[in-house]
Amino acid sequence: MSTEIKNEWPLWEIFIRSKQGLDHKHVGSLHATDAQMAIENARDVYTRRMEGVSIWVVESKFIHASNPSDAASLYDPANDKAYRHPTFYDLPDEVKNM
Amino acid sequence: MLTFVSTAFLFLFLNRNNPNMEKGFEEIFQDKIDKEIRIEPKDWMPEKYRQTLIRQISQHAHSEIVGMLPEGNWITRAPNLRRKAILLAKVQDEAGHGLYLYSAAETLGITRDEMYAQLHSGKAKYSSIFNYPTLSWADIGAIGWLVDGAAIMNQVPLCRNSFGPYARAMVRVCKEESFHQRQGFEILLTLSKGTAAQKRMAQDAIDRWWWPSVMMFGPKDDESPNTIQSMKWKIKRFTNDELRQKFIDVCAEQIKVLGLVIPDKDLKWNEATGHYNFGEINWDEFWQVVQGNGPCNKERLETRKKAWEEGAWVREAASAYAEKRKQKQSLHAA
Ligand SMILES: [Fe+2]
Ligand SMILES: [Fe+2]
Repeated sequence: MSTEIKNEWPLWEIFIRSKQGLDHKHVGSLHATDAQMAIENARDVYTRRMEGVSIWVVESKFIHASNPSDAASLYDPANDKAYRHPTFYDLPDEVKNM
Repeated sequence: MLTFVSTAFLFLFLNRNNPNMEKGFEEIFQDKIDKEIRIEPKDWMPEKYRQTLIRQISQHAHSEIVGMLPEGNWITRAPNLRRKAILLAKVQDEAGHGLYLYSAAETLGITRDEMYAQLHSGKAKYSSIFNYPTLSWADIGAIGWLVDGAAIMNQVPLCRNSFGPYARAMVRVCKEESFHQRQGFEILLTLSKGTAAQKRMAQDAIDRWWWPSVMMFGPKDDESPNTIQSMKWKIKRFTNDELRQKFIDVCAEQIKVLGLVIPDKDLKWNEATGHYNFGEINWDEFWQVVQGNGPCNKERLETRKKAWEEGAWVREAASAYAEKRKQKQSLHAA
């Protein structure tokens, strides 16, 4: 059992650009021995219905993520800065096209 | 810069093995679920939630994978090229569904190999429906219409389940699933308009697949003790009996288009309830098949194990090849 686990192919995160001009978006993950195989498998698993025009693969171990329990302190600095949004400013109705 | 809220989190985190503190976590967790906020893999979750999900998602994945076997049986014998291409595409979709779901389960901390080992040892179950044989081409029609139909009933509410990776996988699955049911119904419709023998073949398939499909929703609610907790955690949105009734109501209407019959003499519209009444389910058969005594349990498991064992050299060769290429690349880079 433990040797089986050691032999398991690495995990890859798959990102697909659905249309030219759009961002690559995370769609899921899969196992593959290397990047080439990950791209080919991603083609079969995630684009059977023309869902993509471009594929990125990243080995999962290289992804670093923020910790969900840090969310409160991490995003706190943005919380009280309403002046970063256009709706913060009160302008007379006569001002057009702004 | 620690705000009050995150300090509270930190405090809970440091005291996570204290049973009183566990309760604090659990309240925050349940509160999120009640507010329809999805749980993501790195979020705190009760151990029982994690284990229940691992079991549910991996069983679901196994069902997709084992589910390829009865249909795969007819790929080489499909009656024409159009049907063969469709069946191939459908079976390939089921492989994809298995992969989406295995990946979702892996985010909960179980490895793919552990899940395979559980399937192969018989520890993990898969849907009992796939332990029935596909005896004629019409069975492919009946599977699409009834088995995929029942699966869709189950799966659509799962698109809104509380665990993010599972819900996202289910959205993908459901999008692909709808052609499966339609192609099955189309097969039966074509047969129902054919010769007397073809019509008989379609009826025979429905006769054999109807009751096992009705059983796909699992035991009756009063014999399904985990339902209440699963509904509270929103990894189940409707009870087994609710989904089963919905399925029967829909099929009882659709069968009319086929001009065939559902093999249940008690099936009857009930004006008062607004649903169809239906006959007694043979639960003894259900439990027999769950316990491994269905017509194909042994064959299905052996086929999976054989595929896994005979594929071992391919997996090893691919790993060795990747390793060799990596070494070559680093040599070039040096
Ligand atoms: Fe499926
Ligand atoms: Fe399907």
